[in-house]
Order: sequence, then C-alpha cells, then structure tokens
Amino acid sequence: MTILVFTLILFGAALVAGLLGSLTGLGGGVVIIPLLTLVFKVDIHYAIGTSLVSVIATSSGAAAAYVREGIANIRLGMFLELATTAGAIAGAWLAAYMPTEIIAILFGIVLIISAGLSFARLADPVTSGPSGVLAAKLRLNSTMPTAEGKTPYFVKNVVGGFFMMNVAGIISGLLGIGSGAFKVIAMDNVMRIPFKVSTTTSNFMIGVTAAASVGVYLQRGYIDPGLSMPVMLGVLGGALVGTRVLTKARTTSLKIVFAFVILVLAVEMIYNGIAHQI
Amino acid sequence: MKKRIQDTDMEKVIGYLLRYGVISASLVVLAGGIVYLYRHGHQLPAYREFHGEPDKMRNPRLMLEAVMRGEGRPLIQLGLLILIATPIARIAFSIFGYLLEKDYLYTVLTVIVLLAILLNF
Repeated sequence: MTILVFTLILFGAALVAGLLGSLTGLGGGVVIIPLLTLVFKVDIHYAIGTSLVSVIATSSGAAAAYVREGIANIRLGMFLELATTAGAIAGAWLAAYMPTEIIAILFGIVLIISAGLSFARLADPVTSGPSGVLAAKLRLNSTMPTAEGKTPYFVKNVVGGFFMMNVAGIISGLLGIGSGAFKVIAMDNVMRIPFKVSTTTSNFMIGVTAAASVGVYLQRGYIDPGLSMPVMLGVLGGALVGTRVLTKARTTSLKIVFAFVILVLAVEMIYNGIAHQI
Repeated sequence: MKKRIQDTDMEKVIGYLLRYGVISASLVVLAGGIVYLYRHGHQLPAYREFHGEPDKMRNPRLMLEAVMRGEGRPLIQLGLLILIATPIARIAFSIFGYLLEKDYLYTVLTVIVLLAILLNF
C-alpha cells in the first residue's frame, strides 16, 4: 500500500472517528490509536502523537462554538487546569520511559473505563444548595443559560475535583487522549455541576491539557506530519458533519454500537500488550 | 453587571480566535498535505519502528527553510504549530482579559498555566 492510499484510508477513518466523537462525546483518540497500532502496525509513540493532534483540533473547534454560548465555566476550567497540566506534563514524560506494551494495556483499561463512564447515564446532579467554601472564595460559582434565563449553580468539592483532574491529566499526557470522560465525571459527580456546563468546560479544558503535553511530544518526535495531516483534517471534517447531524440523529443506538466497538478495541489492545505484539 | 458584560465580550473574541486559528491551521496543513502527497504519494509508509522525527520536523526555523525549498511535510508541521498555538493564544488572551477586569487572582492563575505549557517546548 502506498503512502497515498494509506493517507486516504486514514482520512476516511478519521472522518468516521470525528463524526462518532461529536455524536457520542468520546474523542477521536479512542478510535485513532487502536486503528493505527492494531490495523496499520504503526508504533504506539507515533499513534499517541497523532491522537494528541486530533484532540487539539476537535477541542479548539468545539470550544469555539460553546464559549460563544456562554455555557462553559472558564474560571473553573482554568483553575482545574493547574491540576490537569501538571498531570499532563508528568504523563508525557512518563510516556518516554514506559514500555510500549504497558502503554497499550493502560490504554485498553482506560478505554473501558471511559466508555463505561460516558454510557452510564447518571442523573443530573442536584444543583441547588450551598456552594463549597473554596468554590465561593475562588469565585467558581456561575450561571448557565436555560429556558428560564440565567440559572445560577454552585460548585462543591473543589479539592476532590482537583485531584481527579490531576489523574485525568496524567492519563491524557501518557496516552495522548483527551480524557474527556474523566473530566466530565470529576465536574459532574464530584463537583456537582450541571451536565451541560461540565461537558462544555471539559471540552475547553481538553485543548489546554493537550497543549501542555504537546511540547514534550514534539520534542521527542512523536508528532509525524504524514500521519497528523489526514487525521487532523478528517477528524475536523467528521466533527463538522456531526454537529449538523447531532440534532436529528438517534444517538442512543449509536452509542450502544460504539460502546461495543470500543470494548472490542480495548480488549485487543490489552491482549496485544500482554502478548508483546504492540 | 459590568463584569458580566466584559466576560461575554472576552468570550466572543476567544471564540473567533479559536475558530480562525483552526481554519488557518487546516488550510496550511492541507496545502502541506497536497505537496507531500505529490512528492511522496507513490512511496511506502514506514511507521512500524519508532525513530523520532528529524530536526526539520521539530524546529520551526528549519521547518521554514525546508518549506522554502518546496518540501511538504515541514509545511504540515507549520500548520500543526498554528493549531497548537491556537489554545495557547487563547490562554494568553484570557490573561489580558482578566487584567482588564482587574481579576488578579485569575491573572496569576492563568499565567502559571501558560508558563507550565510554554516551558515544555
């Protein structure tokens, strides 16, 4: 297979990944890394570098839309980024010293957890009630636009959220993924923020976190232009189409299919890691 | 009241920053991609072993020099640099915004995050 054919296939796969990502909320990295490593036998370091590029692309694209609508809580995102960027930098450094088989196994485990987290439809947490002391001091409480106008919400458990974000950051730096599912859970369940705010804030944060590890990835030569080009363009294109389709599609059945596919991919990654084939 | 208005103003500009950053990055990457495929499309991909990227794919000055020589991949890398610069520019801009709002806590906080990112390049 020539570079041209390889590039076109990658582009097509990235289009699907971008589309699925925008419809289900699970990012492109989830599909890109197994595709590159399992199907095309690309070394995992190139794969995580390529994935990180796609994460930055979709995050910036999506954030452009959400920030303008005033839903994401930027101060909260920035504050939590202290934890996430620290974790991402640590994770990125770790990636150089960790054997590729372990990276593959970890990726598979994280994949299963991420899929589980985003498909377990947890009820919208109670958002009324007092704010946490730290949250008030840091001015993290805000409002969100709803049908009734601007509804206030309060943030709790800042410390717990902070630690979880640190973990999410390490995962992101180590595996080159967005860890959006972890970020959303940290804000949603630990910090008790409305779902819409946590997903949009998470989207904003993902780009910042990815920018933190990308410096290390670039230095170490993980980011390859031949791979990044079709993936970046494909994922952006797919996400663009996805946002148009989003309002009309039945996402529930799609999510179930996606969950199944991810499970299979995760098991394959873990198996390949254990069998030293990756 | 005035603070809220400044928040949404800042957010509007950030939205445009992000959007046009991604668009310009994509155009440069696409241009580089076309050149790359034209020059190397018939060759075989070699990604099984990790060698790390050569310097002209990692150093902006060498990238620029290679682009002037008509190479495609360094042009793609330049486009990727624009993409990477987008969230970074966004953070830098919000520092400016917090300063304008006299929000010194978040100015400092955001500067720390920005420094953490920049020091890794």
